[in-house]
Amino acid sequence: MSVVAVSVFIFFFGLVTVLGFIAAHWRKADLNSLHEWGLAGRSFGTVITWFLIGGDLYTAYTFIAVPALVFGAGAMGFFAVPYTILVWPFAFIVMPRLWAVAHRRGYVTAADFVRGRHGSPLLALAVAVTGILATMPYIALQLVGIQVVVAALGFPTAGFWGELPLIISFAILAAYTYTSGLRAPALIAIVKDILIYVTVIAAIVVIPAKLGGYGAIFSHVSTEKLLLKAPDSGSLNGFSAYLMLAIGSALALLLYPHSLTAILSSSGGNTLRRNMVLLPAYSLVLGLIALLGYMALAAGVDKLPQFAGYFGEYKQNFAVPALFLTMFPDWFVGLSFAAIAIGALVPAAIMSIAAANLFTRNIYCEFVKPDCTPAEETQMAKWVSLIVKVGAVAFAIGLPQQFAINLQLLGGVLIIQTLPAVIIGLYTTWFDHRGLLVGWFMGIVGGTAMMAAQQFKSPTYLLHLGAITIPGYAALYALLLNLVVAAVVTLFCRAAGLRRANDETTAGDYADVMRT
Amino acid sequence: MNQKSRKRFWYWLLLMPCVAVVCVPMFNKLEPAWHGIPFFYWYQLLWIPLSAVVIGVVYIATRERSPGNAR
Repeated sequence: MSVVAVSVFIFFFGLVTVLGFIAAHWRKADLNSLHEWGLAGRSFGTVITWFLIGGDLYTAYTFIAVPALVFGAGAMGFFAVPYTILVWPFAFIVMPRLWAVAHRRGYVTAADFVRGRHGSPLLALAVAVTGILATMPYIALQLVGIQVVVAALGFPTAGFWGELPLIISFAILAAYTYTSGLRAPALIAIVKDILIYVTVIAAIVVIPAKLGGYGAIFSHVSTEKLLLKAPDSGSLNGFSAYLMLAIGSALALLLYPHSLTAILSSSGGNTLRRNMVLLPAYSLVLGLIALLGYMALAAGVDKLPQFAGYFGEYKQNFAVPALFLTMFPDWFVGLSFAAIAIGALVPAAIMSIAAANLFTRNIYCEFVKPDCTPAEETQMAKWVSLIVKVGAVAFAIGLPQQFAINLQLLGGVLIIQTLPAVIIGLYTTWFDHRGLLVGWFMGIVGGTAMMAAQQFKSPTYLLHLGAITIPGYAALYALLLNLVVAAVVTLFCRAAGLRRANDETTAGDYADVMRT
Repeated sequence: MNQKSRKRFWYWLLLMPCVAVVCVPMFNKLEPAWHGIPFFYWYQLLWIPLSAVVIGVVYIATRERSPGNAR
C-alpha cells in the first residue's frame, strides 16, 4: 500500500463529499418539490448538462469493463465505439421531443409520459417496474468499480474491513443525495469528468511511450483477437453480433431511467442538441480507454506475480487498475483511482434518484396513495433513494460479483422492451396500449429465455435460420418479437372494435422550438 | 421547397456516421494501419470526431429559437 496514493485518493473523495453537501445550496430552490429534488428544476444549461450526462452514462463500471472485455475478447469489446457513435445522432432527433412533452405536461419519468400518452396506468406500471429492475443491478455494479480500485490500493478485500470502504462511501453518497437531490451528482460530475480526462490523456501518452509505441502494443495481440471473426458458410459469426450489440446498446441506453433523468434536467431542446454535438468527446475517451485493454495485454499485467491474487478474484476487471499500478507514479495512481471511484458515485446517485422517482410517481402515488401531495411525494422519493442504495450495497456484498454482472446484462435486454411505448410513442399512437403491454410482456419473457439459454453469461443469442446461424444481441431479437406481437394485438383490438384509451397530449406539446 | 422541408433534408446527414460504423465487413481489416494502429481501430475512432462534426453541422443548419432558451 502506498501512503501517497491513498492520501491523494482520500483527498479527492473528501473533496466531492463536501461538494455533495454544498450542492443543496447551489441554484437555491425549494427541495421539497420533486421537480427540484429529482430534476434540479429542469434548469441545467449546456455545460452542466454535458458534465452531467457524460458523468452519468460513462460510468465507472464502463471504464473498468470495456477495457476488460477488449483485454479478454479483443475486437468484439470494441463494439462500445460504434455504439456510442450511433447513440448521439439518435438522441439528437428523439430527446428534444421527449424533453418538450415532459416539460409541458410536468412529466418526471418515462412512465409518466407513457401514462399520459397511452392512457394506461398498467402500461406505465410495466415501464416503471422495468426501469427499476434494470437499474438495481446497475447500481450494484458501480460498487464493483469501487471495490476493484479500493483493493488495488492495497486495502484488504475480504471480511468486515474489506466491506467497510464500500459501506462508508455509499453512506456518504446516500446522505448527500438525500439532502441535495440531483444537484449533488451534477456538481460532483464536474470533478469526476476532469479527473477522467486527465487520467486518459496521461494514459494514452505515458503508457505507449513506455511500451514502445502503438505498433509494439498491437504486435502483442494475435490476429484473431485484433479482428472480428468473418462469416463462413454456417454462421455470420462476429459480424452480426458486433453490429447488433452496437445498435441494441445504443437504442437501450437512453431508455434507462438515469439517462432520462439527466436529459430531462436540462433547460431545453437546444441545450440537448448542443450536447449531442459535444458528448462524442466522452465517446472518444471511452474508445481510448478501450485500447487500455490491449496496453494491459502488451504489458503482460496478468502474468505479474504481485497481481495474481487480484486477477483470481476480479478476473479481467483488474486489467486497468493493474496497468495503472505498473505504469504510473504513486500520486497519479491515487488520482486515477479516485477518478474511477468518484465515477461510480455520480451514476449511482442519479440511478437511485431515477429509481426513486419511478417508484414514487408511478407505483406509490398511482396505486397506493393517489391523493399524495407534492411534499409527501418528494419525501417518499428521498426515502426510496436511501432504500435503493442500501439494497445495492447488500446486493454487492451478499451475492457473488458475477451475479450482478449477469443481471446487468439482463437489464439491457429488459429496458429495451420499453422502446415501443416510449420512443415510438413519441411519434405515433398507432399501437394500441393493450398491444404495447402484451408486446412488452412477450419481449421480457422472450429476452429472458434467450439469456437463460446462455446461462445469463452472454448477451449474444445464436439464432438458427435454416442452415445459417446468426449470433446477435438478445435484446434486439426480443425487441423484434415485442414489436410483432404489439402490432398483431393492435390489429386484433382494431378489428374487435375495442375502445382506445385517451391521449392527454396534443401535437403542440412535442415542439420545443418556436415556429411562426 | 418550403423552409421546413429544407430543414428536414439536413437531418438525413445524421445517417452518415451511422452508415459508416455499421458497414462492418468494410472496416474489419488490419491494413492500412496508421502509426501501428490497425485500420479496424483507427477508422472507428476517427468517426467519433467526424460524427460530432456532422451533428454540429445539422444543429447549426436547423437551429431555431426555443422558448426560454434563446442563447
